[in-house]
Amino acid sequence: MKLTIERDALLGPLAHVQSVVERRNTIPVLANVLIRAETGKLSLTATDMDMDIVETVEAEVGAKGAVTAPAHTVYDIVRKLPEGGQVELARQGEGERMAIKSGRSSFALSTLPVEEFPALSGDKLPHEFSLPASELRALIDRTRFAISTEETRYYLNGIFLHGTKNSDVPVLRAVATDGHRLARVEMPLPDGASGMPGVIVPRKAVNELRKLIDESTEAVTVSLSDSKIRFAFGAIVLTSKLIDGTFPDYERVIPTGNDKLLEVDCKGFAAAVDRVATISTEKSRAVKLAIQPGLMTVSANSPDSGNATEEIEVGYTAGPIEIGFNARYLLDITEQIEGEHAQFAMADAASPTLVRDVSDASALYVLMPMRV
Amino acid sequence: MVMAAWPRHDMIARCRDCAELIPAAPHAIEIRCPACGSPRIFRHAELDSLSIAHIDCDAFYASVEKRDNPDIADRAVIVGGGKRGVVSACCYVARIYGVRSAMPMFKALKACPDAVVIHPDMAKYQRVGRQVRSLMIATTPLVEPLSIDEAFLDLAGTEKLHGGSPSRTLMLLARRIEQEIGITVSIGLSYNKFLAKVASDLDKPRGFSAIGRADAIDFLRTRPVSLIWGVGPALMRRLNADGITTLGQLQTRDERELTGHYGAIGKRLARFARGIDDRSVDPDGPTKSISAETTFDADVSASTALAQQLWPLCEKVAERLKRHKLAGRSVTLKLKTADFRVITRSRSLGAPTQLAETLYQTALPLLEAEAQGRKYRLIGIGAAEFGDLSEADPPDLFDRKSHRVADVERAIDNVRAKLGDDAIMKGRALEPRQRRAR
Repeated sequence: MKLTIERDALLGPLAHVQSVVERRNTIPVLANVLIRAETGKLSLTATDMDMDIVETVEAEVGAKGAVTAPAHTVYDIVRKLPEGGQVELARQGEGERMAIKSGRSSFALSTLPVEEFPALSGDKLPHEFSLPASELRALIDRTRFAISTEETRYYLNGIFLHGTKNSDVPVLRAVATDGHRLARVEMPLPDGASGMPGVIVPRKAVNELRKLIDESTEAVTVSLSDSKIRFAFGAIVLTSKLIDGTFPDYERVIPTGNDKLLEVDCKGFAAAVDRVATISTEKSRAVKLAIQPGLMTVSANSPDSGNATEEIEVGYTAGPIEIGFNARYLLDITEQIEGEHAQFAMADAASPTLVRDVSDASALYVLMPMRV
Repeated sequence: MVMAAWPRHDMIARCRDCAELIPAAPHAIEIRCPACGSPRIFRHAELDSLSIAHIDCDAFYASVEKRDNPDIADRAVIVGGGKRGVVSACCYVARIYGVRSAMPMFKALKACPDAVVIHPDMAKYQRVGRQVRSLMIATTPLVEPLSIDEAFLDLAGTEKLHGGSPSRTLMLLARRIEQEIGITVSIGLSYNKFLAKVASDLDKPRGFSAIGRADAIDFLRTRPVSLIWGVGPALMRRLNADGITTLGQLQTRDERELTGHYGAIGKRLARFARGIDDRSVDPDGPTKSISAETTFDADVSASTALAQQLWPLCEKVAERLKRHKLAGRSVTLKLKTADFRVITRSRSLGAPTQLAETLYQTALPLLEAEAQGRKYRLIGIGAAEFGDLSEADPPDLFDRKSHRVADVERAIDNVRAKLGDDAIMKGRALEPRQRRAR
């Protein structure tokens, strides 16, 4: 294998794939990036066994072939090479070294056999649909904060993606929950998605995908089976295993009869919660909302640092209520509400509260109150 | 033959019995204290400039038993119990026969059939332990207990108060513990906790050792890597596989290299191997974990039977969490196989807990994964990584019964507080046989 490529053209794809590589690996080859040279192009692959990212980029290929070399080292070298230069990658000898040359710098890195590199991609997945990157971003951004990190409930460690109907309209729905809050976001069901199984996309794949589509304006092709999901866009293909578990029946925890309706100016409310929560300790971030017609008092009390209160005007006509929430959870939700007003539908201080964007019905959030 | 060394003028010498400084004799080395005539003289160049000590009671439980029964003073004494119990402590006579603490009782008795076996009287040891501790606290407020019978002491700045160097104060403290409580201690003196602890082990029993700044590197060079706290069998195998067996070899590698290779522990490997340890002596050394374990009378392999043993331990840990107002964010299951291999499996929780039910439900899948027909002799459970109480056991969207679980446990706790531990229990705690009978 021997190829030449511009440093800047190589750096982006390397940055993308190396981020999958874990800092610590029990299997040595997982620390490596697979570099494969084909006619006129170069493909880079990195994997952690649960997911992989493959990115293809044009290159001047002198000799076809493949090699694996330490991903973080290759990335660091290319990053430090001067901008605008040409980089030559070549397999040396029997493949025990890979040479990187650019200008007057040259490196020889130890390699591991290409055959040891695990393959995840490749097979055809039965369901396929596509959606704009902006829609996918909206699904992810408004749900991923609620993904659980608890190992015991591993089936909550991802976003549940499935097709369903909302008042007879077919929708693609993303749901995430950690048992304390839940986020449910939907969009019209894309063509081709109607027969898809419900799947749980693991947190790491969600986060890597989100980084990769950050500025993308293209369509993303999603294909999946009941054990794998693949996202393809531009020159990048991300394939991930799915979480093998059953997502709980989330519909039953979404309250339907909550009749204490509160409407707040979303930005003002978030700023007040943020200010008041400054007083509460790092670990416990409880704030109390004391609500009466027209007026809400946000307060926090910390035995160590003191207390804080702030009053804000609200739209509220039901009977007075005092209810506590984790400030972090409130802010996570208000951050995702783009409309001017947020609506809270409450039953009592111990039951789940429903939060929505008044001007956008595609997302809803459920929040479990805290004892305060 | 006794090698008579010439007096070294850079050495400071003190009498271990009266703690007085022994002036350097110009012509011959003093082999007895000029003040009290004792032959127990300790010399070290930095003796009067070291102030961190580790004090360890010698064969604590056995020493207390010997103190209370002079008839057994010269015999091999083993404290431990139960058919399948292990040796909790053994006196130095028993150690001559190869008896060690944590050894299974049957092995210990095979090695030393004439030993006097005494069932542990924990309440008594606690009482004596507290007496020792109060003498320590009378010496310096900076006492960090490690267990019932050992503690770190920081004596920096106590020179004026006690009218002498920390070494002198410590020698007097050891004498006072012997005279007032009737047991002996061994003392390690150094400039940090790691080395103080290492030093206290060098001259047991009734010992006194010091490791100074100048001799630490040389002293550590030939010691095995297992000396460092945190180097267990697994890490030791890795280090050995990489050709590292002594601290001297670690001294040649830098911290970055070791961290890169072995993870977070690499930092400790690099620093401790060079005699660097900046942990301070923390008098309220916070409780880091709460755990309970039990050794079975006969090996157990069925997962239901193991779960049966697990539940009361969960209750015990939960009770202590509640009493100490703590809530753990991680749960660790411990098992010991019939061939004495210890297995631990941990899970972290989304929110800290102090509920027996949560401990149990978290540990159960871990237990089921390990049960798989293997035989075990011990099971234990622990909670660690303590979090904020106000965050503990939050209500859960999918488990709306969670607050009822907490209420039930609180009710059980209240009944037990009034009527005793056996007054009320969950059905789970009953043997299947009992369950039918009731």
